[in-house]
Amino acid sequence: MYMHDTQIVDTFAEAFAMWGARVVITAETAAWAQAAAQSMTGFATSIIGCKCEAGIEADVPETETPDGRPGVSVLLFAMNAEGVGKRLVERVGQCVMTCPSTACYNGLTADETVPVGGQLRYFGDKHQISKLLGGRRLWRVPVMDGEFLVDDRFGIQPAVGGGNILILGRDQTATLRATEAAVAAMRGTPGAILPFPGGVVRSGSKPSARYSFLHASTNDAYCPTLRAVTGETQVAAAAGCVLEIVIDGLDLAAVEAAMRRGIHAAAEAGAIQIAAGNYGGGLGQYQIRLHPLIQATEAAV
Amino acid sequence: MSLDLTLHTDPAVPLEADVLTPGRLAGLSALETARLPVLYGNQAAELGEFFRITGAAGGELHLTGNLYRVKQIGAGMAEGRVVVHGSVGMHLGAGMSGGEIVVEGDAGDWVGPEMTGGRIVIKGNAGHMVGAAYRGSSTGIRGGEIIVFGSAGNEVGAGMRRGLIAIGGDCGDFTGVNLLAGTIVAFGHLGWRTGAGMRRGTIVSMHSAELLPTFSYACTYRPVFLRLYLTHLQRLGLPVTAAHTRGSYQRWCGDAIELNRGEVLLLEPGETAATR
Repeated sequence: MYMHDTQIVDTFAEAFAMWGARVVITAETAAWAQAAAQSMTGFATSIIGCKCEAGIEADVPETETPDGRPGVSVLLFAMNAEGVGKRLVERVGQCVMTCPSTACYNGLTADETVPVGGQLRYFGDKHQISKLLGGRRLWRVPVMDGEFLVDDRFGIQPAVGGGNILILGRDQTATLRATEAAVAAMRGTPGAILPFPGGVVRSGSKPSARYSFLHASTNDAYCPTLRAVTGETQVAAAAGCVLEIVIDGLDLAAVEAAMRRGIHAAAEAGAIQIAAGNYGGGLGQYQIRLHPLIQATEAAV
Repeated sequence: MSLDLTLHTDPAVPLEADVLTPGRLAGLSALETARLPVLYGNQAAELGEFFRITGAAGGELHLTGNLYRVKQIGAGMAEGRVVVHGSVGMHLGAGMSGGEIVVEGDAGDWVGPEMTGGRIVIKGNAGHMVGAAYRGSSTGIRGGEIIVFGSAGNEVGAGMRRGLIAIGGDCGDFTGVNLLAGTIVAFGHLGWRTGAGMRRGTIVSMHSAELLPTFSYACTYRPVFLRLYLTHLQRLGLPVTAAHTRGSYQRWCGDAIELNRGEVLLLEPGETAATR
């Protein structure tokens, strides 16, 4: 199948069941909210090495935040509910509470919750104050610029991680152009994030290695430099560069919507080929086939 | 579907009508409702002797008339809605745990004493002891919300442990006396001896106030948590301005004769005029 002049490979992205949370960070200015969000989502590219995956979902206008200040929503994913809880406490505590003027709110209505403010409150050394408004418990932790306000508990829900597209281009310049167009189109998809730097990963991996101490290693099938070495190359003949965009979402529909936007944008921007990473279907709980994905309308999926 | 009760005979002495709750009237016909017992002074009487009853019970109760001598409306209610098209007497919503009471007029003393949940809205003024503990009891309201658009009398939130009380106008003396926790927001002036004996909790005023010498000034800052409360109160119709939500507040800690962990937040003088 072709879209514009781009070949869409008849394959699927293999995605995994994860757990996710949405955090809304506010501050006196949008810049400080952004600073906290950037810090909180740093070193959260891959569950393999970072214990979680996180990214900025969207800016939140002050008319939509709980305290009427400018905000940023962040999504964080881990492999299980406990992991989400631990990572939230770590990252809200170290990256949001530390950032001047911020407050941190739960952004997800969910049946299951994990304690966050309920853990961070101890930093207040018995000077913390609890507030209960409309069934919502908040903690006021005294800090040097006033108070850090944080929700007692944050909602978590089953989520989908590891949705992806592989963009193959003529060379690095052309592939970056197509990938950047895809990222721009994918950003802002409600409920989805792109956890890698700039939304893009160049070091795609396979879940095996020739070294016994490694669980994952370079995806040699998509390394152009190994085209003549590996017997299983997937790099198209005209391609000299491959970049991957990984998508995590609060549900499958969010991941699919982001992938669809990315495929359309990358094709318009001149990608030679668009494929997806999978492990033969034996690892992930979700298989997102590219052809049905781009044939379906966004509203229908 | 609602049950409508209109006062046809003004009681000359207090009428205790704690049967006037949606839960108590659920499933009753108008005739059955009319036969419910009330206490007229010290005499047993029936509801129908004072009210004309129409409609059918469906979780909402409408009371019409000047009910300033009718006591204990909504007392103990746990669900549903009571709307009073007029004024009400004492002990409105006493001990209620859920549901909503809306009074279009004024309310007497003891609005929502020792309530644990739900919401009471008074469009007019309220008397003394709003959300207070009964005499001899240590704990006032333990949850829920009391919203008074007008002014209130003395001892608002006395012994309050949890919940929210908002007064659109002025408060009398001893606001938050013996406060254990919870939040009181007064848009008008506070009377004397605010927060006397308070342990924890928050009392907010949009005006300066003369506090007891056992309260100490801490700082002037912009408490973020207050924005959430004020946004909530604005949605309920209280006169919240940008000066209130964005303004700076003096933080006074007290009462030092108790835990000294309570706070009185006073909108910085001049802040209101300067930012309007």
